[in-house]
Amino acid sequence: MFYRTAGQFKTSYEADHALFPVRQDAFLLGVVLVIAFVIFPLTASEFTFRALLIPVLIYSLAALGLNILTGYAGQLSLGTGAFMGVGAYACYKLITIFPEMNIVVAIALSGFFSAAIGVLFGLPSLRIKGFYLAIATLAAQFFLVWLFQKWAWLYNDNASGAIQVPNIDMFGITVAGPRATAITQYYFVLCVVCVITFFAINITRGRIGRMWKAVRDMDIAAELVGINLMRSKLMAFFVSSYVVGIAGALFVFLWRGAAEANLFDIPLSFRVLFIAIIGGLGSILGNFLGAILIVALPVIIGSVPQAFGIPLDSAMVEHLNIMIIGALIIAFLIIEPHGLARFWAMIREKFILWPFPH
Amino acid sequence: MEFLNDILIKPFADMAAAPDFLLQVLWEGLVGGVLYALIALGFVLIYKSSRIFNFAQGIMVVFAALTLVGLYEKGVPALLALPLTLAVMLVLAMTIERVVLRPLVNQPDIILFMATIGITLFLIGFGELIFGGENKVMITEQLFIPTGSIVFEPFGGFVSIEEKDLTAVIGAMVLVAALLVFLNKSKIGRAIRALGDDHQAALSVGISLSTIWVIVWFIAGVIALATGIVWGARAGVSFALEVIAFKALPVLMLGGLESVMGAIIGGLAIGILEKLFEIYWGQPLLGGNTEAWFAYMLALLVLLFRPQGLFGEKIIERV
Repeated sequence: MFYRTAGQFKTSYEADHALFPVRQDAFLLGVVLVIAFVIFPLTASEFTFRALLIPVLIYSLAALGLNILTGYAGQLSLGTGAFMGVGAYACYKLITIFPEMNIVVAIALSGFFSAAIGVLFGLPSLRIKGFYLAIATLAAQFFLVWLFQKWAWLYNDNASGAIQVPNIDMFGITVAGPRATAITQYYFVLCVVCVITFFAINITRGRIGRMWKAVRDMDIAAELVGINLMRSKLMAFFVSSYVVGIAGALFVFLWRGAAEANLFDIPLSFRVLFIAIIGGLGSILGNFLGAILIVALPVIIGSVPQAFGIPLDSAMVEHLNIMIIGALIIAFLIIEPHGLARFWAMIREKFILWPFPH
Repeated sequence: MEFLNDILIKPFADMAAAPDFLLQVLWEGLVGGVLYALIALGFVLIYKSSRIFNFAQGIMVVFAALTLVGLYEKGVPALLALPLTLAVMLVLAMTIERVVLRPLVNQPDIILFMATIGITLFLIGFGELIFGGENKVMITEQLFIPTGSIVFEPFGGFVSIEEKDLTAVIGAMVLVAALLVFLNKSKIGRAIRALGDDHQAALSVGISLSTIWVIVWFIAGVIALATGIVWGARAGVSFALEVIAFKALPVLMLGGLESVMGAIIGGLAIGILEKLFEIYWGQPLLGGNTEAWFAYMLALLVLLFRPQGLFGEKIIERV
């Protein structure tokens, strides 16, 4: 009914390959963007920004980076957290060495550092596959976090061993640091996420994306049709780590405000992996849906007992929280292994066909 | 030059200068290696029979140890608590098979892997809810594990071996031997290996997939309990133990995901080498705590030359 595609004819290849072959998709995206850019800033409270909106965006971006690698190029990685850390520490060093530097430039540059490290740790993917590769990426995870702790130069020899975000101005407005307001940070993150998502969509549906998918589906066949496996895999590691690094820089600079090395440990990697898998591997939309679910769940679970007036102490809530998230992950995997993105695809299909069953 | 000296010569000079200390380090490494091998064995068993990369093995260790200690604290005698814990592990294996694995048959590997991470989170929350999050003391004496230490004096030096470590090494050896006999000689063991070779062929000759899975997960649970007792006796029982799952992963890389022998040899090698590296290279040169990543880097280097691990099945690709 709402999704009537009848009458939308394509008369050229360009039109058929357009970003939005169906007009309603573009309209829907427009509505979402209006909500994100206008409605939320007008209505959301400080708490909503800090606890929900900003983390959802940043986690989506990190999951997007992982999804490029795992979902599109088929290389399982468990080291996302460490690559986020590389982005964050690189950004911190850039900002403290060149205080004049614009923060957008610093964040964009810091992505290249994590991309370089990502390619380095991606080299084993040329020899090993599957779970062996996944464990190999854990080497990056443990080694880098250890380095963040031991290499004092990275955190400017702070006694606390943590990095602190200074106040950073851009065009006269404070965007990062203790003085920044939540709404400016939200807009900043939102703009970065929109730009990168736009690029990611176009990379993954273009020549490079098709190359990655071919490697993912069957690498030998891909090699036989003339795809350079090495270039393709390393490029996936490069692009993925770049996006993940930027997400890491945003994670510390625009959200947490301070970070210690163990913030980037395994739990962060798994969290991002959950988002990518529950959202749906090999989909861009899925990252956002997954991030909304994973970030919102603890907040909701925390507030339910209060709403019903059941007194629970905070340790109990914490334990229940972990338990429920574990159970939900299993439940989601059983109900729909292809993730939330597939759910949406099914709903959309139903809308298009409605009121007919087939 | 001095740098090269620090890396290449001084550590070996140190070793030669204090052979008793070297022996002590080797022994500590060996005990650690036995534990890594045990955990890796749990992984290998489940991977062989079901192609599931069971991330929950680490938390099963904690859960088994916590159940044992928790039951004892509730007033159950130690020798009764042991079979009761085994019963709990059996129930756990059956529940996992019924609730998680059966609905996920035939899904891609990564989905099953994620499911075991889900199990891990669930068990962490569940365990903390029931037993509390604080560190507990393993009931070593109640289980008749000796706690003294034996002192040797080779080369005019001093080497101390804790009796509980010795018990652990012997116990692990017995367990592994029993397991190998079970896998190679018994009917069920043959069924497990058949499932590992070819699911469909095994099903078609009448091997029940779900029964074997329950058995395999139960055996993994028994290994987890043994690991939990040994490790708990050394470091106490708490959820911090969970990190040992990560110590077992490079062992799997090194030894190969399907190889029981690989898990054992890989575990011992990594245990000893990482201890040596930490004492003679890590602490003087790199600021210590290199155990966090040394095993991974070693495994990574080995994999670059042998992609299937030292003992893994050769990966043959067909087009």
